[in-house]
Amino acid sequence: MSASLELSLPAAAVAAQAPSRSYWLVVWRQLRHDPMALAAGLVLLIIIGAAVFAPWLAPADPFKASMIKRLLPIGSPGFLLGTDELGRDMLSRLMHGGRLSLLMGVVPVLAAFGIGTAIGLFAGYVGGKVNMVIMRVLDVFYAFPSVLLAVAISGALGPGMSNSLLALTLVFVPQVVRVAESVTTQVRQLDYIEAARMSGASAFSIIRVHVLGNVLGPVFVYATGLLSVSMILASGLSFLGLGVKPPEPEWGLMLNTLRSAIYVNPWIAALPGALIFITSIAFNLLADSVRSAMDIRR
Amino acid sequence: MFAYIIKRLLYAIPIALSVTVVSFVLVYLAPGDPLNAIAPADAPEEVIVALKSAYGLDKPVPVQYGLWLLRAVQGDLGTSIASGRAVTAEVLSAVSNTLLLAGMAALGGVLIGCILGALAGYRHGTWIDRVATVVSVIGVSIPHYWLGLVLTIVFSIWLPWFPAMGAGPGGSSEWLWDVEHLRHLVLPALTLSVIPMGIITRTVRALVADMLEQEFVAALRARGLSAIAIFRHIAKNTAPTVLAVAGLQIGYLMGGSILVETVFAWPGTGFLLNTAIFQRDIPLLQGTILVLCMFFVVLNLLVDILQPLIDPRMGRG
Repeated sequence: MSASLELSLPAAAVAAQAPSRSYWLVVWRQLRHDPMALAAGLVLLIIIGAAVFAPWLAPADPFKASMIKRLLPIGSPGFLLGTDELGRDMLSRLMHGGRLSLLMGVVPVLAAFGIGTAIGLFAGYVGGKVNMVIMRVLDVFYAFPSVLLAVAISGALGPGMSNSLLALTLVFVPQVVRVAESVTTQVRQLDYIEAARMSGASAFSIIRVHVLGNVLGPVFVYATGLLSVSMILASGLSFLGLGVKPPEPEWGLMLNTLRSAIYVNPWIAALPGALIFITSIAFNLLADSVRSAMDIRR
Repeated sequence: MFAYIIKRLLYAIPIALSVTVVSFVLVYLAPGDPLNAIAPADAPEEVIVALKSAYGLDKPVPVQYGLWLLRAVQGDLGTSIASGRAVTAEVLSAVSNTLLLAGMAALGGVLIGCILGALAGYRHGTWIDRVATVVSVIGVSIPHYWLGLVLTIVFSIWLPWFPAMGAGPGGSSEWLWDVEHLRHLVLPALTLSVIPMGIITRTVRALVADMLEQEFVAALRARGLSAIAIFRHIAKNTAPTVLAVAGLQIGYLMGGSILVETVFAWPGTGFLLNTAIFQRDIPLLQGTILVLCMFFVVLNLLVDILQPLIDPRMGRG
C-alpha cells in the first residue's frame, strides 16, 4: 500500500519537499555555483588565513622598530610592503593587524546576533504590552545615527578594545531585535503554532522547534549584511583613537598613525585602509549572495 | 492629514525626551571623576567641594538631569569644562559647519545617485547598469575615512588642486561663501557623498526597474505617451521613497562626518566630540550628542510629514 502511494506521488510534490528538508544544503549548493560568492569567499579566506596564521607566516616581528629604516617604500629588500613610521615591517603588521581588525568587526555582529535574536524572540512571542515596551525602548536607539551612537558610547566609556566592542554590540542589537521580532510576530499567529500550544507544548519548546527555524534565516541574512558595516565602524573607532591602543597593530589605528606619512610615502599610508576596503567589499558581496541564495525558499 | 501631522508630532516627543535621557546618562557610564579634567590631583578637599557645587555635581543624578534639561530647553547647555566657554555657542558653530558639509555631500550624492540609478533602471543589464552596481557596492563598502586619505593623496599632494586641511585659509573656522572656502569644502564633501550616492543609486535603480514592469507604464505606452511624459509618471511615483531614504541619509551623514572631519581637520562636531572625549569634557560631550540627535529626530519627523504631502495615498492610509 505505502509503496504504491509513494510511486503515485506527483513529481512536483517530491521536488517541493526536497529543499525544505535540506534547506541549508541547497543554499550551500547555490552559493558554490555563484562566481561572486566564490570570489568573495576566497578573498576572505586568504585574509582570514593570513591573520590567523600571522605568527607563523609573517616574515618579521610586527613590533620591532628601527629608526634608520623608517618609511621604506613598497618592494624594499627584506620589506615586501615597506616599513611604517617607526621602521616596522608593514607586511607583518598588516597580517597581525588583521587579527584584531577582523575580531573587532566580527565579534560585535556575533554578539548582536545572539542577544538580538533572543530579545526579538522573547518580545515577539510574548507580544502585547511587554513587546510594545521593549520595542519602544529600542526605538530610542534608532534616534541616534549609528556612527554617532558608536562614537558616543565608546567615547563615554573611554578608549579601549573591550569598550568599543561593547559600543558596537549595543549599536547592532536593536537592529537585529527588530528583524527577529517582526518575523516572530508573524510566525506566532500561524495555525500550527496554535496547534502546538493546544497539544501542550511548552513555550520554550515551541520557540525552539517551530519559531527559531523561521527566524534564524532572516536574522542570519541581516547579520551577514552587518559584517562590513561593523568592520568599517570598528576600524573607524580605532582610527579615532577610541579602540585598540598603540603599539598594537590594527588596520584602523595603523591608518591613523600613518597619516603623517602621506607626504613622504602615500602608498604605505593607504595600505591598511585598502585592506579594510577589500575585506568589507568581500563581506558585502558574500552577504548579497547569501541573501539571494536563501531567497529560494518557496 | 492634519491629524496625521499632530499624531506624528506627539510620537516624536517621547523619543526626543528619551534622547535627552540617553545623552545625559551616557557619560555617567564612564569610570572616573569628571572633575579630574579641571581639578589638580592634589587639590584640597574644600576646593573639590566648591568645584562640585559650581558644576552642580554634588546633587543626585536625577536632579542633575532635571536641572540640565530645564536649562537645555532654554538654550543653555552649560559651560565647557576644558575651555570654560558656553557649550551652546561652541556646539552651534560646529553644527553649522557639519551641516554644511553633510548637506553638500547629501546634495551631490543624492543627485548623482538619482541620475545613475534611473539610467541603470532604464537600461537594465547594460554597461551603465553594471557601473551603477559597482558604485553602489563601493559606496556601502568603502571606509570613507580611508577614501578621504586617498583623495588627499591624489588631489592635494600629487595634483595640488584642493587644500587638505581645515574649512578656510589660515585655519579659520568661520564659514564664508567665497572661492577659497569652497575649495576647502570640495574634498571632504566629495568623500562623504560616496555613502548616499551608493545607497540612493541602489534604491532608485531597484525602484525604476520595478516601476517599468508595472501595468500602468504599459498602459501609458499604449496610449502613446512620449518617453518624457512616462518618465514624469515614474519620477512622481519614486519620489516619496527616495525622499525618505535621502532624508535619513542626511542624518546618518551628520554622524558619519565625525570620521571624515577628523581626516580633513574640518571644524565641525566631529572635532568637538574628539575634544570632548579625550579631555573628558562632560558638558561638551552631552551637549554635542544632544544637538546632533535632536537634528536627527527633527529630520525623521520632517521626512514623515513631507512624505504624505508629495504622495497623497499615504495620508489616507
